[in-house]
Amino acid sequence: MKYSYYPGCTLRTKAKDLDTYARISAEVLGFELEEIEEWQCCGGVYPLGIDEIASKLSSVRALNAAKEKDQDLITLCSACHHVIKRVNDDMKNAEDIRTRANNYMKLDQPYAGETAVLHFLEVLRDRIGFDVLKKKVVNPLKGRKIGAYYGCLLLRPSELLAFDNPENPTIIEDFIRALGAEAVVYPYRNECCGGYISLKEKQMAQSMTDKIMASASGFGADSLITACPLCLYNLNLTESKAKLPVQYFTELLAQALGLINSEEVQVS
Amino acid sequence: MNNGKSQAEQIKEISGVNPYKCMKCGKCSASCPSFNEMDIKPHQFVSYVLNEDVNTLVSSASLWKCLSCFACIERCPRDVKPGKLIDGARQMVIRKRFADYLTPEVVPEYLDPELPQQLLVSAFRRYRR
Repeated sequence: MKYSYYPGCTLRTKAKDLDTYARISAEVLGFELEEIEEWQCCGGVYPLGIDEIASKLSSVRALNAAKEKDQDLITLCSACHHVIKRVNDDMKNAEDIRTRANNYMKLDQPYAGETAVLHFLEVLRDRIGFDVLKKKVVNPLKGRKIGAYYGCLLLRPSELLAFDNPENPTIIEDFIRALGAEAVVYPYRNECCGGYISLKEKQMAQSMTDKIMASASGFGADSLITACPLCLYNLNLTESKAKLPVQYFTELLAQALGLINSEEVQVS
Repeated sequence: MNNGKSQAEQIKEISGVNPYKCMKCGKCSASCPSFNEMDIKPHQFVSYVLNEDVNTLVSSASLWKCLSCFACIERCPRDVKPGKLIDGARQMVIRKRFADYLTPEVVPEYLDPELPQQLLVSAFRRYRR
C-alpha cells in the first residue's frame, strides 16, 4: 500500500529521527511513504481567523497532490497533522474558504476536501492493526515503563481531529503495549507543553514541562514518547529532578521491530 | 479592511465567535494552562468584547499568553470558544503596521542548537502578520 507522505519542515532538519524511523518501520509493516513533491511548510499552527486564506494554501497544495495520485495522506508531526487535517475540513465544509482558495489555486479540478488525512499512529491502529503490529515485533521492549505524551494538537478540538477520546486517549498506550512495554498512564499526558511560548518566554514552558515530568515520573514512567518536535524540545527544557528521557514514537517502533539496536536508542 | 467597523465588530468577524452565547460557566478558565499568567482571564474575554472595551483587552498581557492548546475550545459547552476570540483580537492587532509581537531582527538572540524550525514558524504565525 502506497500513501502520500507530508514530512514537514522540522522532520527534514532537527527531527530527522522522527522521519527516518517511520520510513524504515513502514517498509517492514508493508506500506510505503511516498513523499509529496515540492511540499511547502504548513505554518506550524492552524490559522484560526475565518477570513484567513493565503496561510492555508500550502496545506491545500499538499492535499490536492495526494488527491491527484488517489492516495491517502500520512503525517507524522502533530502540528502538521493538526494544520492539514483542519484545512482539509475547511475545504470540505466551509464554502467561503473553499471558493476563495480554489479561485486562487486555479486547479483543473477544484479541491473540496476529498483526501483522507491520517496520522501515522492512525495507520498503525486502523489500517495495520495493533494486533498485527504486535506479531511483527522481534525485540519486545520488556521491562520498559513508557509514558505517552499526547500534548494538544493530536487531540483537540476532537470534533475535527477525531483522533481519540480527547480527555482519556488510549491510542499511544495501545501502541506501547503492542511493542511489549508497559504503558504508564499519568494525569498530565494531554496537558500543554507551552507550545510556541518557549521562543520568547522559556521560563513559562519550563514550568509547564516541570509539571508534566513530575506527573509522569511520579506514576512510574522511565521515559516518554511524543509525535511532536516542539513538545520534545519543550519537555527537554525542564530542570526538574524528575526529568525523563524523551523519544519519538517512531524510534521506539523501529527498535521493537529490530531495525536499530537497543543500546543506541537508550536515553538519547 | 476594517471599513469603519468597531474593534469589537472586527474581532467577531475574524473569529466567527458570538460572545452573547457565553453563560460564564468558567470551564475555559478552569482549563487554561496560562491562567496564572493572564491578567484578564479566559471567561472574561467575552465581556470586554460585549462592552466594547477592546483597548483594555488588546493591551493586556493575556493577548500573548494564549498557547493555542485548544483546551477551552474543546470544553466550551456554549460554542463560544474563548481561544478563537483571543486569537481574533491578536489578529486584529498584528494586521496593523508595526504591531508585530515578534520581528526577525530579534530571533538570533532566542536561538539555540536544539530549537526546532517548527517553533519559529509557529511563533511567527501567531505573533506577526
